[in-house]
Amino acid sequence: MGDKADVWQGTLALMVLKTIEALGPLHGYGIARRIEQTSGNLLELNYGTLYPALLKLEQEGAIASEWGVSENNRKAKFYTLTRSGRRQLAREARNWEQTTAILARFLAPTDGPA
Amino acid sequence: MRRLREFLLRAAGIFRKQRREHDFAAEIDSHLQFHIDDNLRAGMTPAEARRQAILTLGGIEKTAQAYREQGTVPFFETLMQDLRFAARQLRKNLGFTATSVLMLALGICASVAIFAFVDAALIKPLPYPNPTRLVNVTESVAMFPRANLSYYDYLDWKKMNKVFSSIEVYTGRGYMLTTGTGSELVAGSRVSDGFFKTLGITPILGRDFYTGEDQPSAAKAVIISYAAWQHRYGGRKDVIGQKVLLSGVPNTIIGVLPESFQFAPRNNAEFWAALNEQSSCEKRRSCHNFNGIARLKDGVSVQTALADMTSIAQQLERQYPDSNRGQGASVDLLSEVIVGDVRPILLTLLGGAALLLLIAFVNVASLLLVRSESRRREIAVRGALGASPTRLIRQFITEGVLLVAIASMLGISTAFGAMQLLMGLLSKDMLVRMPYLNGLSLNFRVLFFAACVALLAATVFSLTPILRLSKSKLREDLNEGSRGAGGTLWRKLGSNLVIVELAVAMILLVGAGLLGKSFYRLLHVDNGFQPDHLATFQVVAPDGNYGKDEQSLALQRRIISDLSRQPGVQSVALTSMLPVSGNGNTYWIRIVGRPYDGKHNEVNQREVSANYFSTLKATLIRGRYFNDDEDPSKPKVGIINQAFARKYFNGQDPIGQRLGDTSLTPKSILEIVGVVSDVREGTLDADTWPTLYDPINQNSDTFLNVVARTSQDEASSIPALTAAVHRIDPELATLGESTVMKSIQDSPAAYMHRSSATLIGGFAALALLLSVVGLYGVIAYSVSQRTREIGVRMALGAQRRTVYGLILREAGWLTGWGIFIGILCSIGAAMLMRNLLFGTAAWDVATLSTVAATLAISALLASFIPAHRAATVNPVDALRAE
Repeated sequence: MGDKADVWQGTLALMVLKTIEALGPLHGYGIARRIEQTSGNLLELNYGTLYPALLKLEQEGAIASEWGVSENNRKAKFYTLTRSGRRQLAREARNWEQTTAILARFLAPTDGPA
Repeated sequence: MRRLREFLLRAAGIFRKQRREHDFAAEIDSHLQFHIDDNLRAGMTPAEARRQAILTLGGIEKTAQAYREQGTVPFFETLMQDLRFAARQLRKNLGFTATSVLMLALGICASVAIFAFVDAALIKPLPYPNPTRLVNVTESVAMFPRANLSYYDYLDWKKMNKVFSSIEVYTGRGYMLTTGTGSELVAGSRVSDGFFKTLGITPILGRDFYTGEDQPSAAKAVIISYAAWQHRYGGRKDVIGQKVLLSGVPNTIIGVLPESFQFAPRNNAEFWAALNEQSSCEKRRSCHNFNGIARLKDGVSVQTALADMTSIAQQLERQYPDSNRGQGASVDLLSEVIVGDVRPILLTLLGGAALLLLIAFVNVASLLLVRSESRRREIAVRGALGASPTRLIRQFITEGVLLVAIASMLGISTAFGAMQLLMGLLSKDMLVRMPYLNGLSLNFRVLFFAACVALLAATVFSLTPILRLSKSKLREDLNEGSRGAGGTLWRKLGSNLVIVELAVAMILLVGAGLLGKSFYRLLHVDNGFQPDHLATFQVVAPDGNYGKDEQSLALQRRIISDLSRQPGVQSVALTSMLPVSGNGNTYWIRIVGRPYDGKHNEVNQREVSANYFSTLKATLIRGRYFNDDEDPSKPKVGIINQAFARKYFNGQDPIGQRLGDTSLTPKSILEIVGVVSDVREGTLDADTWPTLYDPINQNSDTFLNVVARTSQDEASSIPALTAAVHRIDPELATLGESTVMKSIQDSPAAYMHRSSATLIGGFAALALLLSVVGLYGVIAYSVSQRTREIGVRMALGAQRRTVYGLILREAGWLTGWGIFIGILCSIGAAMLMRNLLFGTAAWDVATLSTVAATLAISALLASFIPAHRAATVNPVDALRAE
């Protein structure tokens, strides 16, 4: 367990939005798997925490949900990105890039000699 | 924006729980299926596949809980639960709920309705800009702290003062208005040019008076009230510039006042004219005919202004000793002059309503205590099942708040009805005098007050059961039938609350008794004449035809002789002022042959016809009445009242004495020919001043008050009397048709006393009911708690009589204390409102003992019922109880 990182507070929503943007309408399980895979299995994700986050995003109007049928004929709730969700994703991605860029600059000198 | 959307959806989520739960269960189910499929494909056994799937999910219940919390607002969720539970509790105990809600609503209704009146009269500022800078400025004399102002003194005050940014005068005036159908007397007012500017009022149409427009040289201009504009001129814009004949004199209408304009001292005036021409009286400095209003300069206090005006008045006193001796100055806030009279009454009523509210509070609180007593086990069980104290307290608060919310809504909505009802009780005349009451409404201040009361109630009623909770011990409470700390708490607090109730009820009852007695005394005060069967009205004769002395003299004689011939009329008399209408209209006298120190000897002056006193059935003490032939050709004579004789002829015989004006002008000298009983000239609650009566035939006037003594109902004979007046001359206007009895009943003094006595009486009756119900509740509860003890006593041989004694002693003890404390508090309360009492002492023994007896008997009856129940209990059943 120790070698896997917990999902940082606040980043889960961004990951969810990006995943839906990348793969199109997707159910909860699919989103969870995709996040894990994208992180190269480095993230420890309790799948259960995903659902309150999805509900929150839906309440905020970033995503919409609809019951549908998966390719292997299972009933599932599919989540799609709304227009405001797309805007939110762009904005938060930009913020995140900025934050990491700034942090990277802070961390770069000490990393140098290694 | 996003946050708001989220919050709203979560809040809405409270109501769509079922569907969401169902939806989520399906979603989790499908999630697990996907995962299990994947796990199976990875080669796990079905059991392991399922186990791993649930493990990665982090537990189904935990997920569901997290989802649920995101789905709604947990705080509201709990609140809804609590509310539902509280509503169920209240429904289950309908008797308790209905009683508490009704009692609380009653208290809230009474206090909010009365507060609305207090707000309209005392809190709401006067409807002028910066009303706290407006003052009433008048002269003052020994008998009248607020006397009228003389025009010349006003001019000097205006010139010399350093404290007012402006000072203006006004006076009332009736105008004969010639209309299409004849002439009509309308109320008007004459004001100096800056009157409206000082008040801060601008006409909505036309213009205000310009400076100097009140001078005799200026063209006559008049501003009309909004009401007059509407009903006399149909609200037409071209009214500006029109001429209107006011008492035969053409005036140009230059402006229309706003609809909201009110000026309580002269509120019904339709025509506001600039002063212009002065009457012959007004041309003298000693003629006090005006009232002043002024605006204080910034930073000047009322006290400073008064000091300045007093020093100016003293200066004028030295300068004009003849006219100004003893003339001081008075400066008061305008609001004080307008609402000063009603303040003590309104505050008394508010106090009464507050006491009623207190009784309702105490009653409900003790009901809640009893109820928390009986819920002891429920609370203990919930505690044992893991409810934290905060959770239990929250539940109590919710219940208290719910109870108060229902009661408040009921109370506030009935308060609205009560306000309308009370307004309906006010006569039209009263409303003209108290225009500020038109602002009566459930405005934000009243609602804020209601909210404060509700908050207080909610706090008290949430805390009451919590008090009980903190005292209790879980283990003891779980023990069936145990008598825990709660019983002691009840004994210490609950039963003693009823003492408070009884004491408060006593205060209200005593207050009502004293006010009622004052009212009775007021209406039955000795008037010095027989007020029944006296019809009254005024006759106004146009100056043009009746301005000369011989003309008006002939008219007076004609009116008396024609009206006396009407069927059912015993006699008809004339006077310049009706009895019981108010002191004032005074004259400064000086007695011939006595040293004179220049002091003003102020007496009421009335001109009356020869048969005036016999018509009133006043008593002649000495001398004679006037003769009808005592007209200007005969030597001047006068009749004085007893108060006059006492004050100026102490021990001497006044008959034959002569008096005159301050400088003993020869033509003012008259001889006293008679002394009559003190006919009440002033209001019911005022002392009768020394009064000088002159023969009306020697001082003719075109404004006459007719007093007719009838043998049948006086009110019904008025139409025939006024018709007879119009037969003499259709140009004669009659107005103010009334009867002496009616003017006594409707006089402001009687009105104020009646309304306060009735309202406090109502409060007291409710208080008596509530407190007796409270006592009954306490005794009944105590009996139910002691059933077992009573059973044991009876089994051991106690007689029924002993059991009665046991219960009644407890009730008697509480009642005794309640009455004792009540008497002390009532005397204190009565001292506070002694200004409202008339001819009744604050410690009136008859009232106190009657009230104490009433309360004691009611209390005895209320406690007899539970005592009887206790005494007739079957000992065997009682021993089995609990």
